[in-house]
Amino acid sequence: MTNPKGRFGIHGGQYIPETLMNAVIELEEAYNYYKNSPEFNQELTDLFNDYAGRPSRLYFAQKLTRELGGAKIYLKREDLNHTGAHKINNVLGQALLAKKMGKKRLIAETGAGQHGVATATAAALMDMECVVFMGEEDTRRQALNVYRMKLLGAEVIPVKTGTATLKDAVSEAMREWTSRISDTHYCLGSVMGPHPFPTIVRDFQSVISKEIKEQMLQKEGRLPDAVIACVGGGSNAIGSFYHFIEDKSVRLIGCEAAGRGIDTFETAATISTGKLGIFHGMKSYFCQDDNGQIAPVYSISAGLDYPGVGPEHAYLHDIGRAEYVAITDDEAVNAFEYLSRTEGIIPAIESSHALAYAMKAAPEMDKDKIIVVTVSGRGDKDCAAIARYRGENIYE
Amino acid sequence: MSNIKKAFQNGKAFIPFITCGDPDLSTTEAAVKQAVKNGADLIELGIPFSDPTAEGPVIQGANIRALKNGIDTDMIFDFVRKLREDVTIPLVFMTYANVVFSYGAEKFISTCADVGIDGLILPDIPFEEKEEFQPFCKKYGVDLISLIAPTSSNRIGMIAKEAEGFIYLVSSLGVTGVRNEINTDLETIVSTIRENTDVPCAIGFGISTPEQAKNMATVADGVIVGSAIVKFLEKYGKNAAEHIGEYVRTMKDAVNTCM
Repeated sequence: MTNPKGRFGIHGGQYIPETLMNAVIELEEAYNYYKNSPEFNQELTDLFNDYAGRPSRLYFAQKLTRELGGAKIYLKREDLNHTGAHKINNVLGQALLAKKMGKKRLIAETGAGQHGVATATAAALMDMECVVFMGEEDTRRQALNVYRMKLLGAEVIPVKTGTATLKDAVSEAMREWTSRISDTHYCLGSVMGPHPFPTIVRDFQSVISKEIKEQMLQKEGRLPDAVIACVGGGSNAIGSFYHFIEDKSVRLIGCEAAGRGIDTFETAATISTGKLGIFHGMKSYFCQDDNGQIAPVYSISAGLDYPGVGPEHAYLHDIGRAEYVAITDDEAVNAFEYLSRTEGIIPAIESSHALAYAMKAAPEMDKDKIIVVTVSGRGDKDCAAIARYRGENIYE
Repeated sequence: MSNIKKAFQNGKAFIPFITCGDPDLSTTEAAVKQAVKNGADLIELGIPFSDPTAEGPVIQGANIRALKNGIDTDMIFDFVRKLREDVTIPLVFMTYANVVFSYGAEKFISTCADVGIDGLILPDIPFEEKEEFQPFCKKYGVDLISLIAPTSSNRIGMIAKEAEGFIYLVSSLGVTGVRNEINTDLETIVSTIRENTDVPCAIGFGISTPEQAKNMATVADGVIVGSAIVKFLEKYGKNAAEHIGEYVRTMKDAVNTCM
């Protein structure tokens, strides 16, 4: 029998160098202790509410609903959180945990820069050192977030290896962690990597679905018919799904980045195009070639530009509890512009993948159906890149 | 009995690491033969992986060069089969879990046995996950090499008790690569290993100079050198074999001084 720890069906596990084993065991023990500590939970709730601005709004997008002419669309406004994305939920939890463990330094990987900014923010707040690894390609795509991280006191290290994107930033952060463990916590940004990260990050992000459920019951007196979220590693999606997993009437839909299309090599749609593998500490689905070499994936969205997917998503896919669909760059950019014009909300290009699917699904559904789309982040960071996509050069 | 034991019967073992296909397989063949001629006791053959998370920049570079030239797992198996016509010392593969997993664990490990590979080092398979491959390794007589790190502390006994072939003792924190100093208390780790197993123990990570090799060989049964050898390939490319041969001779002489 393989290691039962941190398994979601056959997925998950702890496929990491021996050097890191005691660190993840220590983290697991600390987490198991603090997650049941009323003081820890109170402290975290206070940070969520007073610092991050939770609970985030569940907004009925009336105009969007009317224009699409089908199901009622609610937007879960994670973009309104402090630092502009859902990433802060996980980071406040992990930073607080790391602090309790006596760690003095946070390291993190970042794709779009939102997780890096959130980590730099928590480090500033909690008086910790912070080093963020970011693919060099992404430092160009997300120059504003690089500046924000530096402003917050973090050191940003551009990663030049491989495709110089999120995957390489994760590899480099793992390498850094093996070289400095005793005072350093690796603040992993998604529901991926070795156990206990997929569980810890999911638990901290599950506040999203907990709130959606309460807010939906209050507004509509019933559960939604579908919850839609974008999936890179899958943290905002698992956070949005988690408290609905047992409610079988609620469809859970994850939107992966198809890039230029799942029939091209320029895609990051792991569940649509990947196969089972072992990488970055976990067994899950990965985009890879016939020899097990990890594929150089592509998406316009730096935050979804990752060749794997969190193990719990792989499991929800296996058992058919969640559906995963692929959304192209074009569809996402259209949704980015459409939501901006119809609702006056500029969504992150990552979240725009979820909105793009909602735009396809809502008109097909009856008017008495309800869907919730998680707007995982705000799109200010993406404006320059979208302008470039449309052939317009603007200064960031 | 494990064929790997032979590597430790000629005094302290010197174990070079070479990435297959860096920059091509004929260079790898020449380098391996030079290393054997000059006293290598066991050779670690790397199967390149796109994202080698335990490697520093030097070995990452070797992986990239090899993959760029279109190397794949079947080509490496064919290469080892041919190499075995001339090379009799133990050979082990060092690669990452996904390379083995994607080939099919049983098919990969049975082919290892078939072509004459004696052991398998997978830096991303810790003790807790070895069941993924261990049953096939047992079935086909390929040793799954256990790694022990400076941070292993309370885990050393558990790992050592089930170790096979040899134990790969990681000298320092961090990834592979040349280091000026190694400060880990390796004596204590080795003595804990000794209390739990007779399987030989070789130290790797960060070793490049004859003096370091000698110091490490004083503590353990063998010394593993990777990045310092790969640097010759980085510098001399197809002409690296002779340089590697000379270097292996110097290093083997150094470890031999502490019989």
